[in-house]
Amino acid sequence: MTPILSLQNVTKSFGALTVADGVSFDVPKGQALGIIGPNGAGKSTLFNLITGNLSPNAGRIEYDGRDVTKAPPMQRCLSGIGRSFQIPQPFDRMTVFENLLVSATHGRGLPERAVTDDCAEVLERTELIEVANRPAGGLTLLQRKRLEMARAMATRPKLLLLDEIAGGLTEAECVALVETIKAIHAEGVTIIWIEHVLHALNSVVERLLVLDFGKVIGIGAPDAIMASKEVREIYLGIEV
Amino acid sequence: MIWIDTILQGILLGGLYALFALGLSLVFGIMRLVNLAHGDLIVFAAYLILVLVTLLGLGPFLAAAIAAPIMFALGFALQRLVLNRVLGTDILPPLLVTFGLSVLLQNALQEGFSADSRRIPAGWLETASVPLGPISLGVMPLMTFASAILVTLALQWLFYRTSLGRAFRATSDDPVTASLMGVKPASVFAKATGIAMIVVTIAALYLGTRANFDPTTGPARLIYAFEAVIIGGLGSLWGTLAGGIIIGVAQTVGAQINPEWQILAGHIAFLVVLLIRPRGLFPRAFD
Repeated sequence: MTPILSLQNVTKSFGALTVADGVSFDVPKGQALGIIGPNGAGKSTLFNLITGNLSPNAGRIEYDGRDVTKAPPMQRCLSGIGRSFQIPQPFDRMTVFENLLVSATHGRGLPERAVTDDCAEVLERTELIEVANRPAGGLTLLQRKRLEMARAMATRPKLLLLDEIAGGLTEAECVALVETIKAIHAEGVTIIWIEHVLHALNSVVERLLVLDFGKVIGIGAPDAIMASKEVREIYLGIEV
Repeated sequence: MIWIDTILQGILLGGLYALFALGLSLVFGIMRLVNLAHGDLIVFAAYLILVLVTLLGLGPFLAAAIAAPIMFALGFALQRLVLNRVLGTDILPPLLVTFGLSVLLQNALQEGFSADSRRIPAGWLETASVPLGPISLGVMPLMTFASAILVTLALQWLFYRTSLGRAFRATSDDPVTASLMGVKPASVFAKATGIAMIVVTIAALYLGTRANFDPTTGPARLIYAFEAVIIGGLGSLWGTLAGGIIIGVAQTVGAQINPEWQILAGHIAFLVVLLIRPRGLFPRAFD
């Protein structure tokens, strides 16, 4: 199968600090890939490289068969890369629905009347419909995380990047969120998910990638990765 | 009775100050840009209307309707080509650039129109008035005030009911996140300044028909506009209208006590409001 996203030898450094060191991997269409690694391993940087907020010093990024290494963030958003942030950044003074409208109209280049039904449906699926007309500034953490995801969904992405969306949630909230992510994935959306909450991650993803000091140190089936001695030492800090 | 008349005249004058201020408020609210050339742009628009009236023999309202799209294009280009380049975390560069623009406009207008004070002829409207019992209100001041309310309503509608308005608010809230959603801040800002220049044209119409103006009139209008915006709470549209009215009433009341006190009374009212409510009357939740 042709990969929807392909990174080839992508390298990014800030001065002497290398945050992505020859990163190469493919994500087949429709797959859910989990990314784990210690803090500062370069996970969010990797997302910034994929969305175009950072440009790599070397290497090549292909999305949907096209070279997007130099494409600006907006163009990548329009071509179907959606992203949620680790720290939710809704437009606080606008309502939940308006937050979605902005994302849907500008992220897809469509007029508002063409996307309102769509936005309502995304709110339904992300269980935000009850708070649709409340200002986003007053939402709970779970709702803010849901809104992050809903905003990314409203651009109708083919590739959805989730950055630590389960972090800081209670167990019950986490379970509820995982159900929503599973439902989105079941529709065929390719997902790349950075997460520290491993059991949440492993209940969704088909493949796991481990990052440490900007290097890919393992990629494969979650069970195999979790069983690997190297990963357990580096990531879980377990002496074996 | 004289005080009721004074206060009514003050409220109507406040409409003019609100018109001066609304464009400033719009631009500040969206991009945190303080445009020091705002007053001079109003004067520039007044000369533009004057030229259309005298050269083409148009009525002032038709001339303003023609000037508005010209001013929109000018504002759009100004933002796109100049101001967008200096917007950033440092607030000094846009201040310097707009200050420079202010000096440039004043001198260019003096070069082109001389320092003589001018007025846009409005015919019979200049002296028309509506009797209201023992008080009579000028038609022009009434129209000015009605225009201020209409402009506020229109901007309110634009902000809260249209796609462009939501892009304005999203960009004002967080330009970085907005750009990730596909909003283009550079083009949003250019449209905002363009719209502010339409408001400036309306302000110029009433400035030019109600009073004399010359190329150096701008900075004083800027001060009134600033005071109205700050009294209202930065970036709040209805607050800006209220701010204009407060300055207007303070000025007419001051003038009633002693004609020399008109301008001073407006500034004192501004200081008093700042002492009591440093964030203005209708501050936004946070900035």
